[in-house]
Amino acid sequence: MSSTPAIELRDASRAFGPVVALDRVALTIAPGEFFALLGPSGSGKTTCLRLIAGFDHPDSGQVLLDGLDVTDVPPFERNVNTVFQDYALFPHMNVADNVAYGLRVRGIAAAERRKRALEMLDLVQLESFADRKSTQLSGGQKQRVALARALINQPKVLLLDEPLGALDLKLREEMQTELKSLQQRLGITFVFVTHDQGEALSMANRVAVFNAGRIEQLDTPRALYTRPKTAFVAGFVGSANVVEPELAARLTGRAQAFAIRPELIRILADGAVPAGYVSAEGVLENILYHGASSRCHVRTDGGAVFAVAQPESGGAATLPAPGTRVRVAWPQASAVPLE
Amino acid sequence: MIARSVSRVLHGRRNFYLALLLAPPLLWLGTVYLASLFALLAQSFYAIDEFTARVVPELTLKTYRQLVGHPANVDIILRTLLMAIAVTLASAVIAFPIANYMARYAGPRMKALFYVGVMLPMWTSYLVKVYAWRLLLAKEGIVSWALTGLGLQGTLDRLLAVPVVGGPSLASSYIGMFIVFVYMWLPFMILPLAAALERVPQSLLQASADLGARPGQTFRNVVLPLALPGLAAGSIFTFSLTLGDYIIPSVVGAPGYFIGMMVYQQQGTAGNMPLAAAFSIVPILLIAIYLALARKMGAFDAL
Repeated sequence: MSSTPAIELRDASRAFGPVVALDRVALTIAPGEFFALLGPSGSGKTTCLRLIAGFDHPDSGQVLLDGLDVTDVPPFERNVNTVFQDYALFPHMNVADNVAYGLRVRGIAAAERRKRALEMLDLVQLESFADRKSTQLSGGQKQRVALARALINQPKVLLLDEPLGALDLKLREEMQTELKSLQQRLGITFVFVTHDQGEALSMANRVAVFNAGRIEQLDTPRALYTRPKTAFVAGFVGSANVVEPELAARLTGRAQAFAIRPELIRILADGAVPAGYVSAEGVLENILYHGASSRCHVRTDGGAVFAVAQPESGGAATLPAPGTRVRVAWPQASAVPLE
Repeated sequence: MIARSVSRVLHGRRNFYLALLLAPPLLWLGTVYLASLFALLAQSFYAIDEFTARVVPELTLKTYRQLVGHPANVDIILRTLLMAIAVTLASAVIAFPIANYMARYAGPRMKALFYVGVMLPMWTSYLVKVYAWRLLLAKEGIVSWALTGLGLQGTLDRLLAVPVVGGPSLASSYIGMFIVFVYMWLPFMILPLAAALERVPQSLLQASADLGARPGQTFRNVVLPLALPGLAAGSIFTFSLTLGDYIIPSVVGAPGYFIGMMVYQQQGTAGNMPLAAAFSIVPILLIAIYLALARKMGAFDAL
């Protein structure tokens, strides 16, 4: 990478009393990336975003924007804008004034402000709402206003804190597509925080998976899904059967933990195990019908439970009844060894 | 059994239930507050017979002519109004940083300490505090002693030499009266202001900074407008309490009359009930004007 990174964290740490929120996190985000900070609550992802925005200060380490150390630069002097989780629209201003706020504090004349605010509102298809009070909008509309307001200063980096968290399912899917195409059109760096792995996989170019204040794995969505490095990532990104070393030793002869995705496991009706497959015997405990696929749980004789996803097009209709003894099998090559 | 059958009768009759609950407070509000207020208002449209000193129960504007036609009465109204404005402004300026600290920066323990500290003076007798202040501000009192000790005797003398607001000592000047008023009503400004500031989400301040506003701009554009309802509530207290008070002006300060003192005197020793009533209408009118102005300036828009 020859170009200067848009954002760089160098061994940034932050503790709140005895709680370590971030533990020597290093991170480099290239210009134009759509980057996701993914993790459960309390994993440090939001603290990381706050350090980039400048709302918080690392106890040690540095924050660089565009190659410049901004660790001690206050938020109002950083070329970074944020879409807040609760949108943080100013309740005493109308929509246009909210969007124009960034221009107002820079001393731009009222007429020019209004014109550019309307342009931004046009970008998010809310031009006709300019004179509404911000308290009269729906969640999705507030989200778009917050987006327009954050983009009016033409930042190099846009930060989004759980941008879709408060929206209902259908709206969330719409906004995912919209955010993605907006980012491609504007070409600026988007960094978003989410606890929803589906959201991170579908929108981001790269994802940093946080756990307990550290980055567990930083990779492309496909690499995260197909080659998780740790049991935590395997379980958090998509669902996975994590096989502990003892069981692994019995099944494969090697005492190394591995993960196998439910959709890669087959339930064999008869006893024949294809070549190159690993198999285990157990009782089919239950079948949950999900439409496109059915999810079964098989308790092996050792006590471990395997989740198996059986596609509707691949024999879900002919599964044996719960309580039947079955054999689960998966290609040896599909199992991902874990650290 | 009885409780159950009563509950069953009441259940589903929401309006009846509501009326039952509201009747006592509404009766109280209607008779004790509003009816007596209108009785007072009516009194002010009567006048006193100068020879018999009896109230003549005939509607007339004579008392109001007396109220606004007499330069001395107009002086009293203006004096009270100016004091109320000065006390309100000073209270707002002093209360804001304290309320802001309480709402935004203090930890839970510190916050509790501040709330108790602000309210503690209200637990003691009002009269005790006023008389205590007269001693504190007296010529030989602790305030002038401390200022002398700090080498500020000259400053105090120059302050007291200012015409109108000065006087022979702090205790017998309008400056002293102003200090006592501010001391007395400050909690009534701090508490609503702190409550209003506490309701301003932190993310709004962060959003303002994020969009490039310096702290001063964030204060002007976001904090102040959103704190206005609290500021308005607090100033209604400080303004109306100063307008109506008659004890502080009669214990501390220069001998000029205030509205409250006039009401007290007219209905008591002078026995002129209509004029007392007309005088008490003045603060009501002034507060109504004040509220209308505050509303026009958008103080209640964020409610």
